[in-house]
Amino acid sequence: MTRSSTQFVLAARVLHWLMALMIVSMLFIGVGMVASVSERHAWLLAIHKPLGIAILMLAIVRLTVRLRNPPPPLPTDLPAVQKLAAHASHYLLYALMLAMPLVGWAMLSAGGYPVMLSHSVRLPPIFPVNAAAFAILRHAHAWLAILLFLTFLAHLGAALYHGLIRRDGVLSSMTGIGHGTE
Amino acid sequence: MHDSPPLSGRNVLARFALIGLVLIVMVLAFGYVSGWLTPHRLTAQRLVNQLQANAGVFAGYRRNHAKGVCVAGYFDSNGQAQVYSDALVFTPGRTPVVGRFAIPGGNPYAPDGSVPIRSLALRFTQANGQQWRTGMNSMPVFPVATPQAFYELLQAQQPDPSTGKPDSTKIGAFFAAHPETAAFREWVKTAKPSASYATESYWSLNAFVLVDANGEKHPVRWRVVPETSDTSTGGSDADYLEADLTRRLAQGPRHWHLIVTLANPGDPTDDATKTWPSDRREIDAGTLVLTGTETQESGECRDINYDPTVLPHGIEISGDPLLPARSAAYATSYLRRTSEEAHLPGTAVATSNPETKP
Repeated sequence: MTRSSTQFVLAARVLHWLMALMIVSMLFIGVGMVASVSERHAWLLAIHKPLGIAILMLAIVRLTVRLRNPPPPLPTDLPAVQKLAAHASHYLLYALMLAMPLVGWAMLSAGGYPVMLSHSVRLPPIFPVNAAAFAILRHAHAWLAILLFLTFLAHLGAALYHGLIRRDGVLSSMTGIGHGTE
Repeated sequence: MHDSPPLSGRNVLARFALIGLVLIVMVLAFGYVSGWLTPHRLTAQRLVNQLQANAGVFAGYRRNHAKGVCVAGYFDSNGQAQVYSDALVFTPGRTPVVGRFAIPGGNPYAPDGSVPIRSLALRFTQANGQQWRTGMNSMPVFPVATPQAFYELLQAQQPDPSTGKPDSTKIGAFFAAHPETAAFREWVKTAKPSASYATESYWSLNAFVLVDANGEKHPVRWRVVPETSDTSTGGSDADYLEADLTRRLAQGPRHWHLIVTLANPGDPTDDATKTWPSDRREIDAGTLVLTGTETQESGECRDINYDPTVLPHGIEISGDPLLPARSAAYATSYLRRTSEEAHLPGTAVATSNPETKP
């Protein structure tokens, strides 16, 4: 495989942008469906569950891709605090993209709901039926979603900071255009 | 890597402002979708808040149909609905059922004679793990057709703080403004609080869609009809329904027939205030057999959310706007009461019933 030390590999870039779209959609679908009483509630819920499982599977693939293809190094002149923030927020993003679907799946299992991905596809439960556990997992799902949204905002803000202000090649290492191909 | 020409101070500021703007737009969009920025939009939380405003908060109990009793039994399908639905529950044979009889209202200590309506919720668990949940009422029509109208009805029914009772002029004004309530009002004129859960019929109210093995869709409503019915009304005791049911089931199982009504083309499937003409094709799909009761405080039905949109392959929701609203509001009620069961911080704490006799 040919690779450039200033760019993420193609698989990583494709997974990043696909999952970015899926995860951001998912956050909006999630908050929208719990607040909605219209027919939107029904179809958003119908999208939410299979999309969540798709994100879980892609997150596993992505983690594998990342472990096999280490990302390009951060700019050497990046302040240590920013480096630390970059590493910590990426660990958090990976942890949340894996945890969110699992917590959602466990929550439905604890609530005694059949975990239906479509009209006929049902996943097995991954947690025993328990009302108190349901409540805790359901709140955890919501709070982790807020945390994921805030982490996403930090990630987006940092990416734009690298791209617009520092112009140090960090953003282009993921977009695949501009500096990285030099 | 710093190969771009340096930015002027003003340019840097403009770029920071652009980044800030992008982030603010994201936050506002999120806030809008979640309903935080639109306090007047009807949400499940606001519906349930109104139920609580009307009845009070009883920790651990459902926010509506709070008073009830768990039942267990099975559905014995005769196979006659199989032509119309591919659901496993309609193949000949038994499917276990956990159900719950209840009366409407958010007060788990309300006297049984205070309302003429009874309800029956059922959860069928198919051998393949898929479930069919249904919540039925002992009347053929619902008073309103939309979540918004239901919310307004609840608002009209909110007790006046000075009298502790609903203001009849507000309720009258609501009905006057909502002619779709006519069929329900006609029904309620002659409705009396029954002496037993076991002698009532229970209607699905909303329409659903059966899907057959070829993917053909058949709009339907269903009801369960008791083999023995009886129109006597209850006594003065506040809690006769549970005692009556426990006594009857101790003597032997009770049977209901599951009657599925098929819509003709053009019959309304999105309006629970309208009945269908009585000549519509009906199928007796099998027998619901209820064999025993458990109290709702410890029975299996306690932790079941009887969301009528939880359906197996072969049954789907119709376009009735009440169905997604029921799903959303039941989920909110379920989260609140399970949070209280878990004693999570900030949730209501259970108190003993002030009306309980020593």
